[in-house]
Amino acid sequence: MMTELSLNILDVAENSVRAQATLIEIEVSADMTTDLLLIVIRDNGCGMTEEQVNAVIDPFFTTRTTRKVGLGVPFFKLAAESTGGNFTITSQKGIGTVVTATFGLSHIDRMPLGDMAATIHTLIVYHPDIDFVYRYTYGEKSFTLDTREFREILGELPLDAPDVSAYILDYLRENGNETDGGNVY
Amino acid sequence: MKSLEELKAIREKMQGQVGLRKESDTQTRVVVGMATCGIASGARPVLVALSDAVQKKELSNVAVIQTGCIGLCQFEPIVEVLEPGKEKVTYVKVTPEKALEIVDQHLVRGQVIGEYTISNTIN
Repeated sequence: MMTELSLNILDVAENSVRAQATLIEIEVSADMTTDLLLIVIRDNGCGMTEEQVNAVIDPFFTTRTTRKVGLGVPFFKLAAESTGGNFTITSQKGIGTVVTATFGLSHIDRMPLGDMAATIHTLIVYHPDIDFVYRYTYGEKSFTLDTREFREILGELPLDAPDVSAYILDYLRENGNETDGGNVY
Repeated sequence: MKSLEELKAIREKMQGQVGLRKESDTQTRVVVGMATCGIASGARPVLVALSDAVQKKELSNVAVIQTGCIGLCQFEPIVEVLEPGKEKVTYVKVTPEKALEIVDQHLVRGQVIGEYTISNTIN
């Protein structure tokens, strides 16, 4: 099991990378009035057939050859459903995949969100050729990071250049803190 | 909110330095397994510790990269060190603390930490 939801997000987003996505959008939204935490991971990768979509929920399905089990998606699904939430995957071959998970925000079994800044930073810096959009909402407040905006400013300078990498982490931490007031949940 | 102005300043400063970190045959590669098994066992903090230390010590000849499942899930987090012309060294059950030791001992001084390698764990 993962110890925080941000690790599930990192893991599931790696599937998008392997699906040759060029754009991966990640949305995290905490809504106190409806008591829901929403997590969406959307990519424009190779997509799956209906058969494959049904199979990924099965722990004994994986496209990989190094081992016989694939636990990434089942872990995430279990994490959502054990809080009274929902979990869905929709996918279209050649178009992309959307993974949506909702969690009961105040449910006792909901794992903490964890270090989202580290997850998004790791994804961007270790996949500098892929574009990421991260949208974080907490109640009324929100912020968005869009690597396409960064790229426009940076020109030839890659997203994994040391100074740029440090800026991205600061950007995520500072704006994340301003959005949720440093609330750990 | 942090502004994009700062990013513009970074670009100004770094212009002309692009291409400094070209991959080459002489580069040492440090590979961290980041599939479900790795992430669940704590690979993310290990990856962060490694890349921070490599950057801080200005080891420009070392590239920290990530990979998928290495196939030895029970030994995760796994860190492989691939030095050109040398046999691959596989460190198992790595923690951020062990990662820092690997940087100091192996990457800086060139001494393999036998205690943390897979051959030591299995035998």
